[in-house]
Amino acid sequence: MSKFIEQQRFMCAIGGMQTVVAIPNAVPILHSGPGCGNMVTGFFERASGYAGGSTAPCTNFSETEVVFGGEARLESIIRNTYKVLDTELQVVLTGCTSAIVGDDAGQVAKRFAEEGKPVVYVDSPGFKCNNFAAHDLIINAIIDQYVDRFAYKNTEKDSNLVNLFATVPFQDPFWKGNLEEMKRVLEGIGLRVNILFGPYSNGVEEWRSIPTAGFNIVVSPWYGLAVAEHLAEKYEQPFFHFPYLPIGGNETTRFLRAVASYAAGHGAELREDELELFIKREEIAFYEEIDSLATFLLEFRYGLPGFVHVLHEASYVVGICKFLLHETGIVPKEQFVTDGVPEEYHDSIRAEVARISDKKEIPVFFEPDAGLAQARIYDSSYDGRGLIIGSGWDKQVAKDKNYDFLSAGPPTPYRLVLTTRYAGYKGGLRLIEDIYDRALDTYN
Amino acid sequence: MMNLSTVNLKAAEVQVREHRLGSITGFKGSAAELVNCVRCGDLTDSGRSFSQCMGCSTSNATCAVALIQDSAVISHGPVGCAGCLHEFAFTYRVNGVHRGVKNPKQRHIFSTNMDENDTVYGGNEKLALTIREAYARVRPNVIFIVTTCASGIIGDDVQGVSDEAEAELGIPVVPIFCEGFRSKIWTSGFDAGYHGIARKLIKPPVKKQNDLVNIVNFWGTDVFGEWFKRLRLRANYITPYATVKQIETSSEAIATIQVCSTLGSYLAAALEQEFGVPEINVSPPYGVEQTERWFRELGRMTDRNEEVDVFLCEERERWTPEIESIRAKLSGKTAYVTAGASHGHALLGLLKELGLEPQGAAIFHHDPVYDKESDSLDSLKNVVDIYGDIPEYNICNKQEFELANILNRVRPDILLARHGGMTLWGAKFGIPSLLIGDEHFGMGYEGIVKYGRRIVETMENDEFVKNLEKHTIMPYSKWWLEQDPYTFLGEESNVEVY
Repeated sequence: MSKFIEQQRFMCAIGGMQTVVAIPNAVPILHSGPGCGNMVTGFFERASGYAGGSTAPCTNFSETEVVFGGEARLESIIRNTYKVLDTELQVVLTGCTSAIVGDDAGQVAKRFAEEGKPVVYVDSPGFKCNNFAAHDLIINAIIDQYVDRFAYKNTEKDSNLVNLFATVPFQDPFWKGNLEEMKRVLEGIGLRVNILFGPYSNGVEEWRSIPTAGFNIVVSPWYGLAVAEHLAEKYEQPFFHFPYLPIGGNETTRFLRAVASYAAGHGAELREDELELFIKREEIAFYEEIDSLATFLLEFRYGLPGFVHVLHEASYVVGICKFLLHETGIVPKEQFVTDGVPEEYHDSIRAEVARISDKKEIPVFFEPDAGLAQARIYDSSYDGRGLIIGSGWDKQVAKDKNYDFLSAGPPTPYRLVLTTRYAGYKGGLRLIEDIYDRALDTYN
Repeated sequence: MMNLSTVNLKAAEVQVREHRLGSITGFKGSAAELVNCVRCGDLTDSGRSFSQCMGCSTSNATCAVALIQDSAVISHGPVGCAGCLHEFAFTYRVNGVHRGVKNPKQRHIFSTNMDENDTVYGGNEKLALTIREAYARVRPNVIFIVTTCASGIIGDDVQGVSDEAEAELGIPVVPIFCEGFRSKIWTSGFDAGYHGIARKLIKPPVKKQNDLVNIVNFWGTDVFGEWFKRLRLRANYITPYATVKQIETSSEAIATIQVCSTLGSYLAAALEQEFGVPEINVSPPYGVEQTERWFRELGRMTDRNEEVDVFLCEERERWTPEIESIRAKLSGKTAYVTAGASHGHALLGLLKELGLEPQGAAIFHHDPVYDKESDSLDSLKNVVDIYGDIPEYNICNKQEFELANILNRVRPDILLARHGGMTLWGAKFGIPSLLIGDEHFGMGYEGIVKYGRRIVETMENDEFVKNLEKHTIMPYSKWWLEQDPYTFLGEESNVEVY
């Protein structure tokens, strides 16, 4: 039985509608109660995109649909969606109401698919899973019901083309920037990359080329794996798995070398000298900044954060801790994985946390009930100045503990994020800017 | 059509507005036509064969309870049903300064995180556990349980579990029945929240306080505090930022006023019918005539006639010259309004007062009556009587596609919006668009001036919207923007048999 949650940091399955919103010109169609869409947009904030939020078509389940079923209404909403909205891909998502009363929304969507419409159906009642897991379900549904039908046929595999699965759009506030930076560095070593989401992707065109990729890359401890496994089976694409977000010089280089080695083993033609030159240039630019920053980090007498608690999804907890400890000297104390990661992945995440340092043990708690996570922070005490990296909920704790605070996870009403990234070389530098800028801003 | 009284505190649930008040969510015509339909008793609702996400009662029910200082809230459902409730934690923190709460504390919002297993075997046990854990963590003076579609359809015994916990914990544990599918009118959520409050928190008066006036509002700035000083009255804002204690004794007030009947209809009626606190019997003070009428009525109810005379005289003298100068600037300009019901009427009144010509309105729903049945409370009728008819008065149920279509053809000089997300559609067409969040902003003589200044300023500084228009993304098809905006409105159903 799942446990209750105070201060949720993620959404239910229908929160996956943001995965659709992140695909250019795609429209989510909700077969759900009237409030689901607004709950989702309200959770993520400033997240309407092309046709999410109040633009998203919805059957708005009422008593009538609960009693008599809502399939006819769904049929009418889908049909009229084609008249009212310009759209290249439609994804029908079901909510709790539709699932409990037993509507067959899949059949309704299928009728439109048979007319040739690019429509996809996903069973996504809120009680089924959270939005991380739904993200995978939705991608797999699009692959099966859209990509399969509209893929460029008879095209040979392109060994240097990869599909990247690295972030859950909107749930990761930095998804746009992270994808852009990862695309940049992967292209830097000679690959071509389908990032599939956001303005730096090529929209549904990219999705149609998924089957031609030579292999797939998953950057995450757990989500994305179901997609990669599905693609392995479906299109015989192997996948490379990197279990956390690479941030900064060390980790981005480690990531790129590992990808390059995997790519070479799977038929990609990468030039060794191109790889080395790219990494060298990126490292020079990155460490030039760290080098000139070191004096400030070591000497600033009025106080800078010395230790950190991160409350975030596992990918960020590991990525941020590795980065901060080794590239800035901020020491990770208790860490909190708040994304409701399934238990089967806990051990591998723990093992990754254990590899952060060979000198110290960093306690990590899997705690989607963030109220409890905060209680542990309230109970802890360390010398020096603390830093909390978490969601908007954690601002109060930081204030009460007199710690610095960086809002970096949803829900985050205290921060505006557009294309900022924390992944990669450039993302690492930006994270440093954000942390120390906020620390310096406390001095009046 | 109506029961004698819509307030029944013995029942666990309050009926949704469709049933209780005969409220509707679809209409096209003029404001006078709508008022007339209501008078003749032949108001019919219209459905739509295309619709977009509306919003549901849950967040409005939570709005009524989560901002009570010493409360905790549990959403009984899948985790997504509490998704946007963090916004109240933000609101509570940032707005405290305007309402005398200097160190606003963290809001305590829980979800029972219902999963598939719970939908099969029921969520009662989990709810019971969550209530006790919430109590142990927070030690609140009240715990509210807001229900969801899932908990409603599977038939969890929220009432029973709450009663049991209440007996054990010794604080009110208040179930609030606000399942999203029950009502097309999201403001039914306010009623659900207030019903729980009236049932479980408000106590019979011990002693009447002849200077205390209840104000049913959101979290608007404390304008009443200043006005009431001059009238020797004290403001009892309910329910945001109030304590449980303060709500308990709201029965001791001499009168209840509300900033918007769409919001406070039910609570004001409950206070009057069950606790003997009279509700002011006129529409809120927007525009000159309604301001005069409202303050005089307040003076009569609280025995402050002389103070009100002085007050109104001072206000008139102070603000009339500027009202006239703003009127001169705005006279003949066109406007369009999109808002909830009663506040929309207020905005239309304000616009007319300032000399603007409303070309129409997209109003979310319409209540033909409020819980206190009274002609003089009919805020749309009042506006029509004072200022004349308003053409193209559309009941739109927050359907953005209709609004986009209408704005594209009407192209008013300014769009006035009251709910989030709607100004975007003005801006996309290069129309200066203004949303004032503070519900107290336009009240009284001063409010006319304040609103007027903001309208002038918005129309003058249109560089941003003009630029956005050039670059904007338009998901609506060319075909749709050329159709009659009411193309998908139809499927008439009589509200009485809804």
